[in-house]
Amino acid sequence: MTTIAANPADLHDHDHAHDDHKPAFFQRWFMSTNHKDIGTLYLIFAIVAGIIGGAISGLMRMELAEPGVQYLQGWATMMQGSEATLDQAYHMWNVLITAHGLIMVFFMVMPAMVGGFGNWFVPIMIGAPDMAFPRMNNISFWLLIPAFLLLLGSTFVPGGSGLGAGTGWTVYAPLSTSGSVGPAVDLAILSLHLAGASSILGAINFITTIFNMRAPGMTLNKMPLFVWSMLVTAFLLLLSLPVLAAAITMLLTDRNFGSAFFNAAGGGDPVLYQHLFWFFGHPEVYIMILPGFGMISHIIATFSKKPVFGYLGMAYAMVAIGVVGFVVWAHHMFTVGLSVNMKMYFTAATMVIAVPTGIKIFSWIATMWGGSLTFKTPMVWALGFIFMFTVGGVTGVVLANGGVDDNLHDTYYVVAHFHYVLSLGAVFSIFAGFYYWFPKMSGRHYSEALGHLHFWVFFIGVNVLFFPMHFLGRQGMPRRYPDYPEAFAYWNEIASLGYAIMAAGMLIFFINIAYALVAGRRAEGNYWGEGATTLEWTLSSPPPFHQFETLPVIK
Amino acid sequence: MAPTAGKGMPVDKGIDFQDQYSELGEYAHWLDTSVLLPIIVAISLLVLALLVWIIVRYRAAANPVASKVTHNTAIEVIWTLVPVLILVGVAVPSIDLLAKQYKPAPADAVTVKVTGYQWYWGYSYPDNGDFEVVSNMLDEAEAAKRGEPHQLAVDNRMVVPAGEPIRIITTASDVIHSFAVPSLWFKMDAVPGRSNEKMLTIKEPGVYYGQCSELCGARHGFMPIAVEALPRAKFDAWVRSQGGTVKGDEVAAAAAPAAAPAAAPAAATTTSAAQGAAAAAAAPAAAQ
Repeated sequence: MTTIAANPADLHDHDHAHDDHKPAFFQRWFMSTNHKDIGTLYLIFAIVAGIIGGAISGLMRMELAEPGVQYLQGWATMMQGSEATLDQAYHMWNVLITAHGLIMVFFMVMPAMVGGFGNWFVPIMIGAPDMAFPRMNNISFWLLIPAFLLLLGSTFVPGGSGLGAGTGWTVYAPLSTSGSVGPAVDLAILSLHLAGASSILGAINFITTIFNMRAPGMTLNKMPLFVWSMLVTAFLLLLSLPVLAAAITMLLTDRNFGSAFFNAAGGGDPVLYQHLFWFFGHPEVYIMILPGFGMISHIIATFSKKPVFGYLGMAYAMVAIGVVGFVVWAHHMFTVGLSVNMKMYFTAATMVIAVPTGIKIFSWIATMWGGSLTFKTPMVWALGFIFMFTVGGVTGVVLANGGVDDNLHDTYYVVAHFHYVLSLGAVFSIFAGFYYWFPKMSGRHYSEALGHLHFWVFFIGVNVLFFPMHFLGRQGMPRRYPDYPEAFAYWNEIASLGYAIMAAGMLIFFINIAYALVAGRRAEGNYWGEGATTLEWTLSSPPPFHQFETLPVIK
Repeated sequence: MAPTAGKGMPVDKGIDFQDQYSELGEYAHWLDTSVLLPIIVAISLLVLALLVWIIVRYRAAANPVASKVTHNTAIEVIWTLVPVLILVGVAVPSIDLLAKQYKPAPADAVTVKVTGYQWYWGYSYPDNGDFEVVSNMLDEAEAAKRGEPHQLAVDNRMVVPAGEPIRIITTASDVIHSFAVPSLWFKMDAVPGRSNEKMLTIKEPGVYYGQCSELCGARHGFMPIAVEALPRAKFDAWVRSQGGTVKGDEVAAAAAPAAAPAAAPAAATTTSAAQGAAAAAAAPAAAQ
């Protein structure tokens, strides 16, 4: 930057004229190189995928509301256009659980957190005009569209017992190889390849941006915690996704070209696939929660009017979670027949993760301690996050014990655990971040009353939905079952009721967004006041099309 | 043997683990209920209490001016070290449980080879004449007729002796399945090309139900498990009724002067093998 601001007023005028020059509609939204526009595209994409993935879970809760198979056969008949057999109906169930998992992980949480909030706010928070590789940023987003279409398309082609890929989101061999004839699983694998490539490119972009484009004076140890969280997340993506790509490529060659990586009859080993998958899969769960950690830190600090407590501890706790996250993967495989030493190691290593996670929880509490708290919508979501994530975290400590997990593995206890950390952890942080930054992104305020109402209805709904699953799991109800013995009926019915409450909460959310876009009050630059200290609050709402043409200097 | 209501099966509105009928199951259940559960409830309530206190005490109306404290080394050391100590405390019984779970069965233990098929189970007894029992789910009407819970009841159970260690070896013929019985704290994946071995001691006679616990295709939810533990004498009688042999039978047969010595067990084995094959062939059609 060689521009010298001899006369700030002139400079401002010049910037202003330049800033507002936006390309025409098609160029702006389909050929974008602007991090904010791409972030907006990601957020819209995540909302659309979230609606589809959430609707699928609605179908699942509908079928599970009472014992017996009530709807599956009708839905399968509708999908294939001819009378479905019972096996085709059961296969439809497996397609639903697979699609729900893949959509929520790869097409809702990751695009919202990394692509959406990451793109929008990493460059702004480090005082950069844009991402390091704007065109690569664009292709990262546009790879997701064919990926999603491939996944949705896979449900219309044969995949074994019926239409679609019914392998579970884990795509375990040999169910996904010899166990699923037909092109559906190939399409799903290709979808994961594209989504993975999209994320790898995004990760490279974030790492380069954060390392090279920080404003003068912003050392790594002055970086906002959200940027720290995205840096760690990007490294996890960069190191774990290639392993997933390798594993699913081997699935493809096993399926189509006669290789036998995972085929015992040809000298391969099905358990090898699980090791490769979870070497990716465990870091993946931190990929889905770390950006949330970053957002929650900012929100707690803002509404406590206090800086984050123990900033360095918070930053390095995330680094520690990222590092340890790579050496705990086989706790997802406690029942495959691990040796006793492996099981002991993975039990101990997994419990270690509770320490940095505890540091984060207590540091958030300490940030609020002595603060002057206001309970705006983002803050109530953040408070909900802290408690719900704690509940999800402590059940993780139970599951970490390999000997105890022998009973709980693949039961609803696990389903309850990971929905508490994802559906109540990651999703709460996404809503907290959305309410925190929505006026910044759109320039419009939403209704505080509707935001609070959304929180309470959603909070009650998801707890009624997921808490009884702990009971079902302890009683032994296995995951991925379309039908169950009479004894499980009571808690299943309550869980389905919880889904309906949660869905009503989502309706309030969409009404609120529509209200904000149509009739929302205009937002000023820093609408949260003195607690909001990061660089995005120095800009207008929405920020100019290009910001920081003169780099800010950090003291 | 008729199942006992509420034993070896889930109970209506249950929130705890199923009652345990193996020693290691009782140990693991103790670890959960007496160690892990109190700790996780206490931690959750501590966080909740702190949040409520903060919300009340430090709301803007009660505390208009925020403090600027952002560091306190002592408290940071405490909330790092205390969790470490708690986890070490948990790890001691946890690792001990793992060590006990991996204790192999004695050489003379009854061996049951459990094979997962799409979508039924096969139980063979390699040391007892190697006959195989094929086990399919009963439909709702038949289960009701026999007074057994639907979705759990099967036509042929896996029969084992009670009160002595047995060796269970799991494998699969097509995709991965998982042999799981919650009331025995037992879950072992059945992986094609692998043999997973684990010891199980069932304390008392009874019927213990379980369900396949690894996604294995369309009828994953419809291949339940029923383990019937019998007193040793009744188990031996059951083995013979299946055409199998009990250790000592050969000696007795050889000592008997009249009947053809080796022919009887051999014939029995052939018959049972043929039965097994026929049942296996019929199974896919019969499963629904």
